[in-house]
Amino acid sequence: MSKIGLIIKREYLTRVRNKTFILSTFLLPLMMILFIAGSVFFAIRSHEKQKIAVVNDPGWYQTSLKSDSTQISYLFGTEIDSSNYLSKGYDGVLYLPKDSADSRYVLISKKQIGLEAKGGIERQLNKALENHLLLLNGINKTTLDSVAAVSDHAVSLVNVVTDKSGNARKANVGLAYGIGFGSGILIYITMFIFGAMVMRGVAEEKMNRIAEVIVSSCKPFELMMGKIIGIAGVGLTQFLLWVILISILTSAMQFFIPHDTLVEFQRMQQSQQPLPGGPGNNMAFKLLEARSQFVSGVNWPLVLSMFIFYFLGGYLFYASLFAAIGSVINEDPQEAQSLMLPITMPIVFGFIILTNSLNNPNSAMAVWGSIVPFTSPIVMMGRIPFGVPETVPYWQLIVSMLSLIGGFLFTTWFAGKVYRIGILMYGKKSSWKEMAKWAFRKS
Amino acid sequence: MDNILEVSNLKKYFSGQKAVDDISFNIERGSIFGLLGPNGAGKTTLIRMITGIFYPDEGRIMFSGKRFDPEMDTASIGYMPEERGLYKKMKIGEQAVYLAQLKGLSHAQAVASIKDWFVRLEMESWWNKKVEDLSKGMSQKLQFVTTVLHKPKLIILDEPFSGLDPVNANLIKEEINRLSDEGSTIIFSTHRMEQVEEICDHIILVNKGQKILDGSVAGIKNEYKENLYSVSFTEKVLPEHTAIHLFDVVDKGDHELVLKKNADFSTNDVLQYFMHKGLTVQGFHEILPSLNDIFIRLVEGTPRARQFDKNLN
Repeated sequence: MSKIGLIIKREYLTRVRNKTFILSTFLLPLMMILFIAGSVFFAIRSHEKQKIAVVNDPGWYQTSLKSDSTQISYLFGTEIDSSNYLSKGYDGVLYLPKDSADSRYVLISKKQIGLEAKGGIERQLNKALENHLLLLNGINKTTLDSVAAVSDHAVSLVNVVTDKSGNARKANVGLAYGIGFGSGILIYITMFIFGAMVMRGVAEEKMNRIAEVIVSSCKPFELMMGKIIGIAGVGLTQFLLWVILISILTSAMQFFIPHDTLVEFQRMQQSQQPLPGGPGNNMAFKLLEARSQFVSGVNWPLVLSMFIFYFLGGYLFYASLFAAIGSVINEDPQEAQSLMLPITMPIVFGFIILTNSLNNPNSAMAVWGSIVPFTSPIVMMGRIPFGVPETVPYWQLIVSMLSLIGGFLFTTWFAGKVYRIGILMYGKKSSWKEMAKWAFRKS
Repeated sequence: MDNILEVSNLKKYFSGQKAVDDISFNIERGSIFGLLGPNGAGKTTLIRMITGIFYPDEGRIMFSGKRFDPEMDTASIGYMPEERGLYKKMKIGEQAVYLAQLKGLSHAQAVASIKDWFVRLEMESWWNKKVEDLSKGMSQKLQFVTTVLHKPKLIILDEPFSGLDPVNANLIKEEINRLSDEGSTIIFSTHRMEQVEEICDHIILVNKGQKILDGSVAGIKNEYKENLYSVSFTEKVLPEHTAIHLFDVVDKGDHELVLKKNADFSTNDVLQYFMHKGLTVQGFHEILPSLNDIFIRLVEGTPRARQFDKNLN
């Protein structure tokens, strides 16, 4: 095996066999899924039906306040007030205002009602009031019912994007936003985590004084690149395991959802019916719908391959700079902090551009941010899910990729020069200015 | 003469400071070579050029008769730096295999060689331990093993005995001699003179980046001898015995004298003089200067040794 191969192997294996790697790789997705599944489970199971007595009904509320099969049932007119509702088996008393101009509705209950239940009651009261006012103003009951039948279904805006030849594609802005944000932030975080890992590894070798032993067997550049590539492998391994684990666990997730809900969902999906708005099923349906859209609504091969490219490109771009810092620092951690600032700033800046470009993926800032290699790994990943070539023209993607490749070739060259000198220099504080001097002087 | 290493006019400057300033020397194959000098004399920089870590600014290094090629020749060199370093969290066996593989050994060769060394230095039980579990002396031993286990032709040891107790120091010394007998050439860099006298065949002394002494240990001692002799007698030495221009008395005991012989006379003249005075000479031997004395004498006058061979800029 070549020397650099040996170094990569060591860097990779020592980290992958480390307990923290194993824990973070397996526990993180597990915890994430358990959290989601748990909240779904409780959203479905924890709703005990609330019985609410309605007081002061002028008559017309009763027709509009419908008892809900899962959450709330209303009862009207029986002699109940705030003093005896508990003994009669009610969970609360709803006082309606006598005057329709008064908007003070009071619900008295022993336990605080949930946010969703509160929202549901408010919606229904609004609807009742609205219907009542419409009827008062001369709309007849049949018209009202036919209008209500239409407007009960929430409007959903479908954005269809067409390319030059007129082929249409349904755009899913929400999903693109989610994936853009998710992959952008993942690159942002991993650039910090793995960059810092490279820096620590280099500094450790320098402090341990093993660096001198190793560079008497191989070139300093081989040692640096071996570490950078080895740690990149660790990162990719972790992503791969996460993808596998998450897909296994999301398939397993359906066991947490009641069987009849699942069957109903499948039936409705086949008949292209809109989803029911029932508050109890909401969460489970939303989740199932999100999952099915998640799988089908995105050009996954493109997004994933671009993710790997931008992860690796961004990582290589910054990791070599982190390695250069690791090679010049001494025992003092303060030193690393001040040297890291010029590197962390553009990364943070990239993140800020990302959040802006998700709302407006074609703004000038988004376009330039996704081309300049300092920010492109983060920003471009935020734009790609919105569509290539509709949102991100091919030329932008190509220029961005090429400039990232050029960028990391430059930073690696620069870091290699600094590293060669820094790794064997002890006890002296260095600045970026000095590092630049080492890199650009003729040897 | 068969030289494993020929260094000629080697120079390395760090932003104007002359870390190594025009040094030349040859090392004979199979010898034990002492590289001496005070701290900051340029020893480490010199070694780093020989091990291919630094490129010389000027000059030429010939290794085994060919121009030194760091890419190829580092596999034939074993270097133990003064600042010892090992991966603390790595298992000892794996670490030794890794370092040996970097020197070009196959996995199987590395394992075989390490087992051999571990048995010899009684380290067999260490294989699965981590370096952080070892004492300083133990990791020192491990460092030595990792330096030599690829059977390098040239072994460079920078202060190999620092931090070792006498037992382990002796053990390492024996191993150095054994390696030398098996044909390895050893460069031994130190400022501890007594060890050099014991071990080295040939030395150079560097100071302020320049070579100020070069030769065999015996030759150098001869060159720097001061005609000092120690003489012991059966009779008590009296002041009238020493009033003579043949020598000056340096030190005087009841039955012995340390004297500095006048260069114009031979030792026989001195002996004849004592016999003539009726003294019975019991012992007579020349006092040669220790390398330590020579070292101090030569380096004196440079009040503070330079400290820049680690500070490159």
